[in-house]
Amino acid sequence: MSVAISIRDLRVVRGGREVLEVDALDVEAGMVTGLLGPSGSGKSTLLRSIVGAQIVDGGSVVVLGLPSGTPALRARVGYQTQAPSVYADLTVLENLDYFARIAGVDGGRVQEVVELVELGGLEPQLAVTLSGGERARLSLAAALLGRPEVVVLDEPTVGLDPVLRRSLWKMFHELAVRGATLLVSSHVMDEADRCDALALLRDGEVLATGTPGSLRERTGEDDLDAVFLRLIGDRGPE
Amino acid sequence: MTLSRTWATALRVLRQLRHDPRTIVLLLVVPCVLQILMHALFTDTPQVFQKLGVPLLGLFPFIAMFIVTSITMLRERVSGTLERLLTTPLARGDLLVGYGIAFALLAAAQAILVSALSFGLLGLDAGHAAAAVVALAIANAILGMALGLFASAFARTEFQAVQFMPAFVLPQILLCGLIVPRDEMAGWLQAISDVLPLTYAYDALARLASSEPLGARFWADVVVIAAVTALSLALGAATLRRRTG
Repeated sequence: MSVAISIRDLRVVRGGREVLEVDALDVEAGMVTGLLGPSGSGKSTLLRSIVGAQIVDGGSVVVLGLPSGTPALRARVGYQTQAPSVYADLTVLENLDYFARIAGVDGGRVQEVVELVELGGLEPQLAVTLSGGERARLSLAAALLGRPEVVVLDEPTVGLDPVLRRSLWKMFHELAVRGATLLVSSHVMDEADRCDALALLRDGEVLATGTPGSLRERTGEDDLDAVFLRLIGDRGPE
Repeated sequence: MTLSRTWATALRVLRQLRHDPRTIVLLLVVPCVLQILMHALFTDTPQVFQKLGVPLLGLFPFIAMFIVTSITMLRERVSGTLERLLTTPLARGDLLVGYGIAFALLAAAQAILVSALSFGLLGLDAGHAAAAVVALAIANAILGMALGLFASAFARTEFQAVQFMPAFVLPQILLCGLIVPRDEMAGWLQAISDVLPLTYAYDALARLASSEPLGARFWADVVVIAAVTALSLALGAATLRRRTG
């Protein structure tokens, strides 16, 4: 297995406090990796470091063999921010048309991603009139337009109903089968089982990595919430 | 920078405006109403209207585009779209020039409408050439856009961005020579006036409106306007950081 994202000794300091301290983390190519941890654990900061949007205070982040944030990577990495970053005063189609032109893809691809995120029929609607979940999917669609090799998604399934969540996770796996590397953050532990690999984050540090199965085995717990608690317990109190 | 991405950005900004017809109407109608008021105020002293009318016509787009750009760019920062754009292949130049094209088109519509009204119905004398007034108005709009873009980097909220209008623009209007001729100002006021870009915009417009030959000073004004625009755009580009804390 090859490594798509490789992080070493990454440090991010904010307001004099170390908010991220990742000694080593590798994300395998062609897999769906879940970045799980409670709110405030540093998930967004880690993802922003990978896409080159975060000022880092040390260490290295290498994506597809290149330092994160290098211009050559911008067309190869798709990024969905945590808050839906789309233009509220444009329609669904106008939003995607703009991001498609930036990515250099055509209208056919726009239709494809509309179907992928199940927004068919909403194309003429202004983004401001969409529900929170619909807007999140529009933001996701924009990230997928350029068929990126690495897809970085910050809590893409928050607030979605279970049916939609399941179909999005299915779609993530289909993208991975076609060779894309997905890194998906979530603070909901029950999404962990949908991932090929996991990285558990707490207080800005990677607590554990592995497949859901291997983490269960290691802790002897079946429930993933319990797995997480056991891993915290193994570390002892801070 | 690529032509297609620059144009895509201009098209996107224009589409945003199209979904906001009220703003378009305000941008087009308000300067016309103000010009009509000016005309009515100075019915008995048409020479005053003649002196102020042309400079005002050229300064409306400056003020309007300053506000529109600083708010639009602030919204782009707050909504996260700027962060997203800066992780894509879009160059910062594509974004800035795209904005410039969209707002220049809007400014052109505004300037043409107010010019047609002023030179046609209100009897304002265009002086050297009405087309030159419109061209200068568009240049001023781009200057206003560039300054607004730069100013927006220092605003954290929309309230602050709105207050930048009086902070950045009103002192320039007071000191540009429109209200009190520059040679009647105290020395220190003149010195401040010398470094404010609107002084040169006003001077160029006043020269266009007069019957005197334009002279080298007019072209020097135009060069200053262009140089300050370029400098503000460069400073504005520097505030678009790909990496933030």
